[in-house]
Amino acid sequence: MRWACILFPQLALDAVLRRRDDPQAPLVLLSGPLQRRVLQAVNPSAQALGLRRGQTLTVARALVEHFDCEEYQPQQVEHWQQFLAAWGYRFSSHVSLDFPRALLLEVESSLSLFGPWPRFEQRLREELQALGFQHRIVLAPNALAARILANVADGLAVDEAQLPQRLGSLPISRCGFAPEVASAFAGMGLRRLEQVHALPRASVAKRFSRAVLEHIDRLHGHLPQALDCYRPPDHFHGRIEFNFDVESSTALLFPLRRLTADLASFLAGRDCGVQRFLLLLEHRGGTATEVRVGLLSAEREPEMLFELARGRLEPVQLVAPVQALSLQAQDLPRFVPAAAELFTERPQQSLGWEQLRERLRARLGDEAVGGIAAQADHRPERAWSELGQGTRVSGAQVPRPGWLLSDPQPLSDFFPRVLAGPERIESGWWDGADVRRDYYLIETADGRRAWVFHPAGKPDQFWVHGWFA
Amino acid sequence: MGSVVALDTLLQERRIWRGQQDLPPTTRQPTGHSGLDAVLPAGGWQAAAVNELLLPTLGSGELQLLWPTLARLTLAGERVVLVGPPAIPFPAAWLMAGVTLSQLSIIRATGSDALWAAEQCLRSGSCGAVVSWPERANDRALRRLQVAADSGQTLAFVCRPQKEAVNSSPAAVRLLLELRPPQLRILKCRGGLAPAKPIHFSGWH
Repeated sequence: MRWACILFPQLALDAVLRRRDDPQAPLVLLSGPLQRRVLQAVNPSAQALGLRRGQTLTVARALVEHFDCEEYQPQQVEHWQQFLAAWGYRFSSHVSLDFPRALLLEVESSLSLFGPWPRFEQRLREELQALGFQHRIVLAPNALAARILANVADGLAVDEAQLPQRLGSLPISRCGFAPEVASAFAGMGLRRLEQVHALPRASVAKRFSRAVLEHIDRLHGHLPQALDCYRPPDHFHGRIEFNFDVESSTALLFPLRRLTADLASFLAGRDCGVQRFLLLLEHRGGTATEVRVGLLSAEREPEMLFELARGRLEPVQLVAPVQALSLQAQDLPRFVPAAAELFTERPQQSLGWEQLRERLRARLGDEAVGGIAAQADHRPERAWSELGQGTRVSGAQVPRPGWLLSDPQPLSDFFPRVLAGPERIESGWWDGADVRRDYYLIETADGRRAWVFHPAGKPDQFWVHGWFA
Repeated sequence: MGSVVALDTLLQERRIWRGQQDLPPTTRQPTGHSGLDAVLPAGGWQAAAVNELLLPTLGSGELQLLWPTLARLTLAGERVVLVGPPAIPFPAAWLMAGVTLSQLSIIRATGSDALWAAEQCLRSGSCGAVVSWPERANDRALRRLQVAADSGQTLAFVCRPQKEAVNSSPAAVRLLLELRPPQLRILKCRGGLAPAKPIHFSGWH
């Protein structure tokens, strides 16, 4: 087994930074009671100004004039950890969240698909970079060692042979011992783990609780480490809250791009697509505008999801300023990628018909794109339907016009030349749309051919029902 | 004359306009009408370009002209899109003409939306042919369609009223249909001189 540990050193800060327009602006996260606000996390540009974690807000204000503050929300950290697990689930079937702010992936079984490890690691880093999370990645033969080594290293890949030496050089304080154990070791004059290894096991067992030796054995992989398996949820819920009022829908596009990208990476992890999702524009006072986005088939391309959501969002008139944008997807059907030609004839087969159709529907409306199918009915107005398979109709023996007018128009030509007819079409007495007409094929004075009829028994007025073109 | 200039350098600098340009090698798109194929320089429609049909009115033989091409493309599994058709395509007649209806898509759009939809379809490269009936298409809109057809390598047809014949157009091929007598006039064809004589054309006469 090979375990990759992805440690997120500033998860809470990244969760806030990724929804801000300017991540470079100094930003601190605050926690603690109102009387004594403490800086919980500080971004690099704020750090450059001299702000440090653990300072009180009063001190920070005295040091620096302008910086942005946001509330530190532990439940947000939990939410993003779940999200990252869903992301990691696409790379490994065994994802664990047992350690806070860290993701453990069992990767040996994934290497044949994504490997070798340097390329796999590169891919993980690229995707995390795009998602906007700072990270450290370490590969080790067991989960605990990966997690502990991630404390001190980044980009490390250790195999069984190197593990004892790597672990041995770890400082005691970073080995994951309980604080009193670590300080006891320090008091004994032990600085590195290899010095603890050099002690006789019996004496360590005598002086310390059982957990200490077990911890060391787990680090070396002598004892198994039981880890919970992450199971992805059946729905997606993403929400971005603004700390200002948004009054135009164009300003919602940046957060929308984040949300759809998050949705796409969640879907890729679960190997499913989305057919319907809901955008909620939350206003002051708990009201919300709903924007429904529906697709004809399941999709999960981030660009396409964004463009479709954008197509639905842009025409929306905002009735009130928006304070938060959330995206909910309940129905996640299986995703079947469209089969593409290996050797396409056209050089730029960039957009498949399915994506094109969704794009057209998003702008023109759901009903705008259709097809045509034949129906087995003698009445011309019922001989076609917009959708569906259609019924198999034997080839007409009598000529039919290529264009059918949806509403018959009175014939304005007074001296038409009758070429064929009359043909009586009489049908529909059973469904209320009774038709009794005599149809003629005529040639008009300007040389066109029309399909005209008069109601049976009333030969004084002719109606044009179609044109032969 | 000061100096002797080699012909090659002149041509390379593109300071001389050459009347007979070489046609880029594209896939041939026969119209299905042998008389028309014989006079068109590309041996058929201009693939990856706008082919403009100028019609006196609805029902002037435009379907007789297009059906062989559309039937051939749909039979080959290509998608054909009609953008803003002026009436309902009557399935019985289209089936008779050999068009596979499942490969036919119809977009109901008007005005600028129709032009946008046609451009998107052309640009995507996922369609075999796009036939559009724009209501008011100016020179600029047609040029956009022309660029889109070129970048998506898609055959484009634009049906416009006959009165537009006097206005210039960026289309690669312009055909004017006349009813009495039933004939076709080639107003413009890229890659060759348009024949002065009209071609007898009639699907049913």
